[in-house]
Amino acid sequence: MRYSIFSLARNALGGHKGWTPTWRDAEPKQAYDILIIGGGGHGLATAYYLAKEHGLTNVAVLEKSWIGSGNVGRNTTIVRSNYMLPENIRFYEWSMKLWEGLEQDFNYNAMVSQRGVLNLYHSDGQRDAFARRGNAMRLSGVDAELLDREQVRRMLPFLNFDDARFPIQGGLLQRRGGTVRHDAVAWGYARGASDRGVDIVQNCEVKGFVVENGRVAGVETSRGKIHAKKIGIAVAGNSSRVAAMAGLRLPIESHVLQAFVSEGLKPLIPNVITFGAGHFYISQSDKGGLVFGGDLDGYKSYAQRGNLPVVQDVCEGGMAIMPMIGRLRLLRGWGGIMDMTMDGSPIIDKTPIEGLYLNAGWCYGGFKATPAAGWCFAHLIARDEPFPAASAFRLDRFARGAILDEKGQGAQPNLH
Amino acid sequence: MRIPCPFCGLRDSSEFVTIGEASMSRPPADAPEAQIFDYVYLRDNPAGVNQELWYHAQGCRSWLKVARDTRTHEIESAVLARGGAQ
Ligand SMILES: Cc1cc2nc3c(=O)[nH]c(=O)nc-3n(C[C@H](O)[C@H](O)[C@H](O)COP(=O)(O)OP(=O)(O)OC[C@H]3O[C@@H](n4cnc5c(N)ncnc54)[C@H](O)[C@@H]3O)c2cc1C
Ligand SMILES: [Zn+2]
Repeated sequence: MRYSIFSLARNALGGHKGWTPTWRDAEPKQAYDILIIGGGGHGLATAYYLAKEHGLTNVAVLEKSWIGSGNVGRNTTIVRSNYMLPENIRFYEWSMKLWEGLEQDFNYNAMVSQRGVLNLYHSDGQRDAFARRGNAMRLSGVDAELLDREQVRRMLPFLNFDDARFPIQGGLLQRRGGTVRHDAVAWGYARGASDRGVDIVQNCEVKGFVVENGRVAGVETSRGKIHAKKIGIAVAGNSSRVAAMAGLRLPIESHVLQAFVSEGLKPLIPNVITFGAGHFYISQSDKGGLVFGGDLDGYKSYAQRGNLPVVQDVCEGGMAIMPMIGRLRLLRGWGGIMDMTMDGSPIIDKTPIEGLYLNAGWCYGGFKATPAAGWCFAHLIARDEPFPAASAFRLDRFARGAILDEKGQGAQPNLH
Repeated sequence: MRIPCPFCGLRDSSEFVTIGEASMSRPPADAPEAQIFDYVYLRDNPAGVNQELWYHAQGCRSWLKVARDTRTHEIESAVLARGGAQ
């Protein structure tokens, strides 16, 4: 069913009894041309673009739990393309362009809200670094504005400008950045793929690969064996575990990242704000809750929950820039598992096993990548060659010394 | 999460930093490039009990080898890394 003002009116007149399920919860068949492992944002977007851009519809997405149960339903919904390395800028800007047309493209309301992302700076050195990043963005055709203290004050008068240790000196603003309703992204892609014939199979955990003569031939799952000619892995925090089933070791560690939401408030925070002197970022959801988070816990984890020191650290960061939130009550806190790579940048590539493709290493920034990651992964699987915007995200770049280390931290995943 | 430091007793994990898997051992300087790549970049990243190196930065400043379950954060043991089994 196509959604429009007319379908809404028609269903309103019919007492809203005519709506059909958004997407089809399929039973697995015995064989497909292509399998995508992982029903998160990336897996579902990949299936959508395989069907829509490449006409490949004999495809199944295998999800061990329910779709959206992983990071796509746990992130803080921020989208932006404010990177510095050219390889990252061109990829994330391509993603931003896809976000800008996404709702029309898949006919679903994903609440794409370009409310702006503002990174605050607190010292001269940090201002210079932000000016450099802003210039790199503008050279690549991405919008960036360096604001001084008074410009920030006009936008956000409630910030604590005169903190003794970290006074706010200004900020780098990307107006086209913002937030997107994360669950709707999963459902919108699922619907678009399902309508075109893709099977979305839930409660189907991949437990092993069938490899014949160095080529994948299928997978063993909790719902039986499924054959396929090509298989794409898009399992976010579980990349190492799934790749290990095919005998691969990855340049990845899995870490936990926490986020929090407060009780609902009237409109207060108009955009996304990040604290530059600690680890704290915040926005307000359309329901009114303040959504905020900070740094990784710092140790490897598959537990999908974190510990209290980070909760305290995040709240201290919040109090440093907006003391007014001190009396708010927390509604919820949760954690998700990040596949942190050795250089902080992602991987979209073939693997040494023929027919097996890998989409991994999205660290804590893979939600904004969802449309482009799906687009580029679908292109790679369909045509066996990389889409230009993602051609630097190679698995062998570490061995070649061609790392993409945006932060310059070196091979220490918990620092990226 | 609290870590039983052999010197300091049970201490909050926020006093420590970790650099990851203890199974890594630095190859000799003249080792082939592939072996060095392996050491610097590749990780087992297992789900379950694994051996990790933790540094008691805000305590006795010892390096510890900690057996920790990545699925539950449960800590089985912590011993001094130096002199301990490699
Ligand atoms: C707290 C938090 C805040 C974040 N904030 C942001 C943000 O503001 N902006 C941003 O850009 N990014 C953010 N991220 C990162 C972003 O959420 C992830 O990088 C991105 O969602 C990962 O891609 P995905 O959606 O495909 O992952 P997921 O939704 O995790 O999808 C992977 C799926 O694979 C499934 N799976 C795993 N193993 C198997 C198996 N063996 N068989 C079958 N299925 C399997 C899982 O169940 C899961 O559903 C945040 C993450 C967290 C946790
Ligand atoms: Zn100690």
